[in-house]
Amino acid sequence: MKENIVIIGGGIAGLEAAGQLLGLGYKPIIIEKSDRLGGHVADWNCLFPDMTPAKDVVGRLIAGATEANIFLNTEISFVNKLKDSYNIMLSNGISIITKIILVTTGFSVFDASKKEEYGYGVYDQVITNRDLEHWFNTGNDRRIDDCGMNAVGFVHCVGSRDEKAKNPQCSKVCCITAVKQAIELKQKFPETMVYCFYMDLRMFGKKYEDFYIGAQRDYGIRFIRGRVSEVSENIDGRVIVKAEDTLSGKPVKVTLDLLVLMAGMVCNPDSTKVANMISLPIDSDGFLKSRDNVADIIDSPKDGIFYAGACTGPKTVPETLAEARAAALKIHLYNKTMQ
Amino acid sequence: MIYQGKQKIWADYQKEIPDDHWFYVRSCIRQNFFPGAEKMFLEICRGLLKKDFYETEHHTTCGGIAYHCDTIPQETVMTIVARQFALMTEAGYENYVASCITSFGNYIEILETWKEFPELEAKIRELLWKACKREFNKPKYVAHASDLIYKYRNEIAARAKFRLVNRHTGEPLRAVEHIGCHYAKMFPSRSIGGAEYPYVLSGMIEAWGGNVIDYPERRHCCGYGFRQYHVKANRGYSISNTYKKFESMEPYHPDFILTNCPGCPYFMDRWQYVIAETEGKTYGENGYGIPVLTYEELASLVLGYDPWDIGLQLHQVAVEPLLDKLGIEYDPSAKYKGLNRKDIMRPELPGVLRCC
Repeated sequence: MKENIVIIGGGIAGLEAAGQLLGLGYKPIIIEKSDRLGGHVADWNCLFPDMTPAKDVVGRLIAGATEANIFLNTEISFVNKLKDSYNIMLSNGISIITKIILVTTGFSVFDASKKEEYGYGVYDQVITNRDLEHWFNTGNDRRIDDCGMNAVGFVHCVGSRDEKAKNPQCSKVCCITAVKQAIELKQKFPETMVYCFYMDLRMFGKKYEDFYIGAQRDYGIRFIRGRVSEVSENIDGRVIVKAEDTLSGKPVKVTLDLLVLMAGMVCNPDSTKVANMISLPIDSDGFLKSRDNVADIIDSPKDGIFYAGACTGPKTVPETLAEARAAALKIHLYNKTMQ
Repeated sequence: MIYQGKQKIWADYQKEIPDDHWFYVRSCIRQNFFPGAEKMFLEICRGLLKKDFYETEHHTTCGGIAYHCDTIPQETVMTIVARQFALMTEAGYENYVASCITSFGNYIEILETWKEFPELEAKIRELLWKACKREFNKPKYVAHASDLIYKYRNEIAARAKFRLVNRHTGEPLRAVEHIGCHYAKMFPSRSIGGAEYPYVLSGMIEAWGGNVIDYPERRHCCGYGFRQYHVKANRGYSISNTYKKFESMEPYHPDFILTNCPGCPYFMDRWQYVIAETEGKTYGENGYGIPVLTYEELASLVLGYDPWDIGLQLHQVAVEPLLDKLGIEYDPSAKYKGLNRKDIMRPELPGVLRCC
């Protein structure tokens, strides 16, 4: 089929949609800003709840999309609206005329240094979930002592459900990611005391609750319901964390070798840039606004423009992949109606 | 500690501060605690830097202590503050600078409240008119006096006779900076450096040659906390907070503590005596305490003013060890001579805390 289908973003949503469209007989075009495919998931070590290696998931998706036209290191310079199509000018000088665009620009990780009270970027031993995942992947981070640590803390909801950070939305994956990472740390360092500071635990997904109970029962991870109020550094470089245990009604003060901030998802500025080029609406949470948040989450208000994945809000990997498949089918049906 | 991380935050919390023409309002309590501080602020700004600072004897309390003790309603505090603004307006000024941290926080809180609730501002204007037939313009700019010394810090450094360097070792002096709670914790964007890592005092210490210590309980209240101290039954809570701070900073061996609040230097100074008497513990070298200075006193010291002319004899903790490190000469026999060499009498020496 000759109709151009442009997929903006080469993360897991874009790859899955491309694979599905290839299966339906199309030759989609993936435009990816960075020099590699897979998006954020490619940086992850393994995925909850079955500890599936992220590289296996990303590898399968890339393998399924190899027949697509893929432009890496490529950005969209501008988009012109034609009568019944769009002219997309790429940074590599190539121009594409298309009637169908799938936006899969995903999310950005919240900049944890904006939560100044947690000391990310100020105190050496404060890292993010992403930094820890990088260490799981590479074993390379001078802040983490390979010989073991006495105590490690996780702070949930960093930049999520936070009016002060201007992010009212729940990032959905941080609770379960914290449980996953806490378990992984305990597996590496069984003697380490691990604390999770949370305000809510949203264990909504398949096997999440089992995972959470296992973290307590099998690994002795301590969950403290209370937000961290202050982080400071003592003379030997360890971090001192103050919080309130709202279940016991008492203040808590612990000294940790490492504090991991569960930085949430925020709208990718590239999504906003694309939205501005095509005049797509932005929702109140900063993500792209769907035609309807119940029945038409993958539809934009404009004909021929579709969404998949975290460009419309925080999503898990399975949700993202499901949306990508749905979007591919929707595009196929839309293309048939055009003919 | 990643210093560049703090610098990044400091860059986000800078504010344009007018250079000149200020309506200055004193604190209710500072002149009783450390009377040299406000005097030296005006001496430095007016006498040395030739700036225009105006003050009036008609200025009163801002009502902040009563407000934070929950003993007067907010409308009353607002009307008192409206009267201060009327005094500024009548004097022909637009820039308002407060000596007191709580007053500064109070003014900012009231102006922000009026911004959100203009009907409340209208009501206060009416109350003020009924009370004393006065009208006011809101200040174009509200600063704390430490903001001004921060702004002038490099000019002061250029005229300094002493650097914050230990003359015996050649090393920068180690300084703890303690920021009054009402400076930035309520409205971080109205401060220099923000609420978590305020820079207003650190900037002075760095400009004058010292090193700033960050320690775990840096952000903790000095122990004054109005409802802790002014309610007599809570005074044990007050000193326990101060004790917590000193225990936390002790391993860093600070040479002095710098403050920008009326209560903080007083309580951190005086409670060292009480801790010494009750616990037998002192935090300075050789049985001395850690000197606690106001930013005006420190500026005066580096500028070469006589320590006794700026009121350092009114500190409980002896400042002489610090003066010796700085290389500042002083006359021990003149310590308790007041104006015109009048004998102001020697205090009784404490039993544990070593004093000169």
